[in-house]
Amino acid sequence: MALLTFDVHHNKRQAYVSMGLLLALLLAFPFAASQFGNSWVRIIDIALLYIMLALGLNIVVGFAGLLDLGYIAFFAVGAYLTGLFSSPQFAALLESVVNYHPAIGESLISVFGPDIQQNGIHLSVWAIVPLAGLVAALFGALLGAPTLKLRGDYLAIVTLGFGEIIRIFMNNLNDPINFTNGPQGINMIDPIRIFGVSLAGEAGSQSTVYIGGYGMPSVNAYYFLFLLLCIATIFVTSRLQHSRLGRAWVAIREDEIAAKAMGINTRNVKLLAFSMGASFGGVAGAMFAAFQGFVSPESFSLTESIAVLAMVVLGGIGHIPGVVLGGVLLAALPEVLRHVVEPAQMAMFGRVIIEAEVLRQLLYGLALVGIMLVRPAGVWPSPNREERPNAALARDDEEEAAAV
Amino acid sequence: MSEFLLNISGVNKRFGGLQALTDVGIQIRPGQIVGLIGPNGAGKTTFFNVITGLYQPDSGRFELAGKPYSPSAPHAVAKAGIARTFQNIRLFGEMTALENVMVGRHVRSKQGVFGAIFRHKAAREEEASIRARAQELLDFVGIGQFGSRTAKYLSYGDQRRLEIARALATEPQLLALDEPAAGMNATEKLALRELLVKIKAGGKTVLLIEHDVKLMMGLCDRITVLEYGKRIAEGVPAEIQKDPAVIAAYLGGAH
Amino acid sequence: METFVQQILNGLVLGSMYALVALGYTMVYGVLNLINFAHGDVLMIGAMVGLSILQLLENHFPGLPGFVQLAIAILGAIPVAMLVNVLIERIAYRRLRNAPRLAPLITAIGVSILLQTFVMAMPWWGRSPLPFPQLLSSDPIMLGGAMISQTQVLLLVLAALAMVGLVLLVERTKMGRAMRAVAENPRVAGLMGVDSNSVIVATFAIGAALAAVAGVMWGANYASITFTMGVLPGLKAFCAAVLGGIGNIYGAMIGGLLLGIIEALGAGYIGDLTGGFLGSHYQDIFAFVVLILVLTLRPSGIMGERVADRA
Repeated sequence: MALLTFDVHHNKRQAYVSMGLLLALLLAFPFAASQFGNSWVRIIDIALLYIMLALGLNIVVGFAGLLDLGYIAFFAVGAYLTGLFSSPQFAALLESVVNYHPAIGESLISVFGPDIQQNGIHLSVWAIVPLAGLVAALFGALLGAPTLKLRGDYLAIVTLGFGEIIRIFMNNLNDPINFTNGPQGINMIDPIRIFGVSLAGEAGSQSTVYIGGYGMPSVNAYYFLFLLLCIATIFVTSRLQHSRLGRAWVAIREDEIAAKAMGINTRNVKLLAFSMGASFGGVAGAMFAAFQGFVSPESFSLTESIAVLAMVVLGGIGHIPGVVLGGVLLAALPEVLRHVVEPAQMAMFGRVIIEAEVLRQLLYGLALVGIMLVRPAGVWPSPNREERPNAALARDDEEEAAAV
Repeated sequence: MSEFLLNISGVNKRFGGLQALTDVGIQIRPGQIVGLIGPNGAGKTTFFNVITGLYQPDSGRFELAGKPYSPSAPHAVAKAGIARTFQNIRLFGEMTALENVMVGRHVRSKQGVFGAIFRHKAAREEEASIRARAQELLDFVGIGQFGSRTAKYLSYGDQRRLEIARALATEPQLLALDEPAAGMNATEKLALRELLVKIKAGGKTVLLIEHDVKLMMGLCDRITVLEYGKRIAEGVPAEIQKDPAVIAAYLGGAH
Repeated sequence: METFVQQILNGLVLGSMYALVALGYTMVYGVLNLINFAHGDVLMIGAMVGLSILQLLENHFPGLPGFVQLAIAILGAIPVAMLVNVLIERIAYRRLRNAPRLAPLITAIGVSILLQTFVMAMPWWGRSPLPFPQLLSSDPIMLGGAMISQTQVLLLVLAALAMVGLVLLVERTKMGRAMRAVAENPRVAGLMGVDSNSVIVATFAIGAALAAVAGVMWGANYASITFTMGVLPGLKAFCAAVLGGIGNIYGAMIGGLLLGIIEALGAGYIGDLTGGFLGSHYQDIFAFVVLILVLTLRPSGIMGERVADRA
């Protein structure tokens, strides 16, 4: 790890060289992996989205020190928003309003017009992404607001509660008015269309995307998009970290009372942490919905919130490269294992002894327990000790004493 | 009226069954160093916490530079112009010394999310000035060479200095120090005294709680004495030293 | 829609199970200031072990009266659950006693996952829901216009006995005094000769025993168990503990019963209250709404202990 550093502040040249190297590898990857079929790139596509989530959660947990166990709610918000406004779902919604309250239903139909009544709303990616980010940010502030005065572990459980509440609503908001289509979820979500090119490929092209005469599988096209978004997320969160706002977050994490005494409006700064973190979740959610073409509540459960937390914790709380590593390890590795371990067991024993799902859960559980017991700073913590939040989490205890 | 930089009166504070402060007040002229002394449990830190917004008083009038201020929230108090240090040193342990002081500049700067992400000219300039000012303050208190050291690894005396530098970074009208000399040896106390004289020479007003009576007598322009949550004496050091109520409070007297 | 009395009864049954689990949360929080996130999964382990015991009995000693089978299942599940909880404390939490408070919480989440993974991986348990045998007669007993099954009566009786037993333990025995002392001030308790480690172990063990009873009876009541069954009830039981006043045993009992009733009534009437907009599927939300309301409005809960930060 010493050769590969991304610390632009202390080791500029080496950092940029490392980044350039990594970028070259990343750009080459899909072309190499495509030789073996689409599944590897598809795995990384999903992993990239989870890395975005981990980076967003890192703002809340890593920078500001707020343990959010319901983070996946923002992923859900972005995904379902896309589901509602980028698919035929809105038509179903209008229909359900008509069934429930014909007068209101009819007036809504006259507002939206017969085309939408028939086909639903289909916003372009340029509208959906900012919308998802903004709405998620709003939810972030809403869900964060009641937690502002709570101590660490209570904050965790309350945010968990909110995550569950969102999931339950997504699962049930189909009757009487059909917003989310309930447990079945929303499908036929539009793929992403950039400058007229659909990333799912045109019909009949076998999911091949043609850019300027050159064709590539759809998963590869999405790969480059998601890679770009990931890099943008890394860039933005890194800039946030090393700024007045980032310092304020760390100050709150380290000692909230001292932070207040130094003039930091902790309420607003915490809400900003929730909002900014949530907005990344929302954007990732929008991408997820478009990529998969469908969303259902089971993708947004407590298990997922914990999985994202595990990525942050395993990788290195507060340290962006570490968080990315954690994301890669915990998002990609289980899938890779599934492709490798199950066939291997079949070949060796004729049956699968340890299912991939069990392996995946085992990894997550061991990651959380192991890291906390053995290496709480994470697998790849910040080389600069000042960016590590280890002792910070103890502030809650000292606040108790109130010996100011 | 506005001869006082800080004019506080009628502060009462009750904690459940305990009346911690009864009708306490203090008046500080600009440019003075005023001391707050009293036996343990007299309510000095409680009074501090009320002034700086950490505790909500049951009653009281609060005026800074002639304008009333509401001690309802610590960050508002800091913005109004009172900065403080803590009895048990509350630094941002995992940040460097420089970053600690830079946080002190938060209240006098304004770049937010936009500036953080886009780093346009105004944002870059503000960041540079924050950094420069922070380094200036580190130099001023005497730990300029420790800027990049993690705060929790500084020596005790240096940590106290750092806390003062951080408080100064908020450009306070009043600097309120809670036992800055606690745990220091004689040499360190001398250095602290020099620093406080330097701060006063720069035109700052200082309110300080301390137990080292000798230090206080030599340093303060005026001293207020608390006992059992009440103000029992106020005046110049020479008067205080001879005040029988004060002597009784410290030595036991008629209790 | 069921009558008011029926819903109250349902609520008491549900609430009894919450109370049993809430006691475990509140006791551990009292002595360690730790939320044992994995506690709900101890309930699940109790249910699983109980089921296995019942299967064993069925295979080797068929024909035993249902009541006896259930008793054996409970008596068998309890020591296993105790062992699991004590091991968790020893391996995962003990080392983190002086660590930042969030570290044991994160570890507890990991332990919860591991417990579920273990059960998932065992061939005799596995991933799918498992049917829990109906051992007692399912003829309902009529009680003032409402129905209650024998299983539910047994559950209420067991819960009541367990709670009374716990109160006696805490108020009248040396161990109980020691537990109260450690909950108040571990250092001083140590100075008075109390071995806080053994108190903590005892606390975990007792909590696990209660959870095991709740787990077996949950299975008997709902006729089906699965490896994820403990998560949501565990969280709700924690909400109940906070409602009653975290750290307070009586609070946990009151909070548990109260939450059960709130859920039952809420699920029953929410349709009417919202004009058909929200239905009983939203039942799970109540616990969290209660939690948020309690922590916002009266953080000390019903029975009183200061919980959230000031200022």
